Amino acid sequence: MTKMVAATGNEAIANAMRLAKVDVCSAYPITPATEIMQRFTSFAANGKVQTEVLLAESEHSAMSGCIGASAAGGRVATATSSQGLALMWEMLLVASGQRLPIVMAVCNRALAAPTNIGCDHSDSMGTRDCGWIQLYSETGQEAFDNMLMAFRIAENMDIRMPVMVCQDGFITSHSIANVQWVEENAAATFVGDYRQSNPLLDLKRPVSYGQLALSDLYMEYRKAHDHTMSLVPQVVREVAAEFKEISGRSYDLFESYRLDDAEIGIVVMSSAAGTTKDIIDRYRDKGIKAGLLKPRLYRPFPYEDVAQALKHLKALAVLDRADSFGASFGPLFLDIAGALSACNERPIMINKIFGLGGRDYMPEQGEHVLDELIQIAKGAPVKAAKEYIGVRG
Amino acid sequence: MVDAIAIRWHGRGGQGTVTACKVFAEACLSDGHYVQAFPEYGPERAGAPIKAYNRVNTKPLRGHYPVLRPDIVVVVDSTLLDCIDVTEGAPDGAAFIVNCNPKNCGDLRAKIKAKPTQRVVAVDASHISIATLGRPMPNAPLIGTVTKVSDMLSLQAVLDDIKVNFSKKFSQKVTQGNLEATRRGYEEGVEL
Repeated sequence: MTKMVAATGNEAIANAMRLAKVDVCSAYPITPATEIMQRFTSFAANGKVQTEVLLAESEHSAMSGCIGASAAGGRVATATSSQGLALMWEMLLVASGQRLPIVMAVCNRALAAPTNIGCDHSDSMGTRDCGWIQLYSETGQEAFDNMLMAFRIAENMDIRMPVMVCQDGFITSHSIANVQWVEENAAATFVGDYRQSNPLLDLKRPVSYGQLALSDLYMEYRKAHDHTMSLVPQVVREVAAEFKEISGRSYDLFESYRLDDAEIGIVVMSSAAGTTKDIIDRYRDKGIKAGLLKPRLYRPFPYEDVAQALKHLKALAVLDRADSFGASFGPLFLDIAGALSACNERPIMINKIFGLGGRDYMPEQGEHVLDELIQIAKGAPVKAAKEYIGVRG
Repeated sequence: MVDAIAIRWHGRGGQGTVTACKVFAEACLSDGHYVQAFPEYGPERAGAPIKAYNRVNTKPLRGHYPVLRPDIVVVVDSTLLDCIDVTEGAPDGAAFIVNCNPKNCGDLRAKIKAKPTQRVVAVDASHISIATLGRPMPNAPLIGTVTKVSDMLSLQAVLDDIKVNFSKKFSQKVTQGNLEATRRGYEEGVEL
């Protein structure tokens, strides 16, 4: 066990990339992910890592570089945010469709227009159906741990899928907090050597990537992708169990906080979950049975486990840091509602959109949500199925 | 010694406010505490007003939002008193630390509109930093003053941590200057 240090979430990600001994890192800077590459390129320049760093001319090219390097047969990582992730979108599907185990850190940030550098989840939520595995992190510590585990998940020989490790831009990416690293040798053993699968550079065994698959094969290909994704939760749990051995820290597909005997509950991701836990404790002290579920593995979404954890509640609020504009709900709400749709008994659900473009999620917002849930649990009618909170007008 | 403290720093871009916030957090962490140090997020411009926050606690910190009720408010640049309400959210027992000459700052209590229960401490951090570091970097002395006012950890704990961290990056001269600046900031704060 290493001693506690003060580090930003970005520093945590860069350190995980160093410990994972990444072969190739192809990237383009963007706020608030820039510090990751600033720190990692400094490791490379100072000989702390043997990584080949490719400084691309755009994020589209950065992801293309990752794809080429990963297909060639190396361990590959990168980092981005917001517009950068949006510009990568086309190549994200190429990476996942070609089953390339690229690991990418995402500092969640709002999308333009209007231009905004603050946190929300619109960027990675917009890529949730790109075939990547997505992990979300509450703190810099979780970002570090998820990043190290991501290599194991991505590179599992039954999986071979790219993984996105998301954390809240600025809120955790730029905040200094207590972080505990994993000792170098333990990390190296845990992540292990990179195992190739059909590498392009194996000249004795030529392979081809990116073939055409028309209506006779494309759908089978997609079904195979879906099947592989269904294997991911088990691998995520196995990797977490091994990670606990070297770190002492426990992870599951999601975190249940005071949920077992709860009557009302909140589902919220990333840093806002920490703030909400403190609120839940205060309500518990007042005798109110409130709990929280924090998704960690968001793609593939563990529908059945989530439903089991939530179905006993009387009232449930899902807090989305992204919106699907119009009469629809936020993406997280839709997944939770989908998960619970198969249950005979399920809570009454409301959806709150919060924290867009760096708007702070203040404790009073969570308190208002819990107050509303208390009334709904008592039988009060739902005023609005979806509502913006912490907003003017 | 206290169990928990929340600090709000008011400075201008380029004065090392965020660095001071981080250095203080690192010292508290080395002393065995849970810490947070984070700036108010936004485009960084030299000279523009900025805020930064610290939380220090004996228990893990889970909240991720700005400090609303600061126990200590640090004003790194006293010209900010003309344009910013530094008392916002400050509870009755709060302390204000202002970088200004205690002998030549007028009625600082009245200017801040400090309540009788609130403490106001003046320290000539700019002057101390010019004397110890050769340039106006008021952050180093202010770390010392914050240490004293916070009652969170000892001066020696802060100096030990600065010595270890600064020695990795800076010359012995710069490290010594910062140590001296922090020590003087600890000793030269004057309660008004």
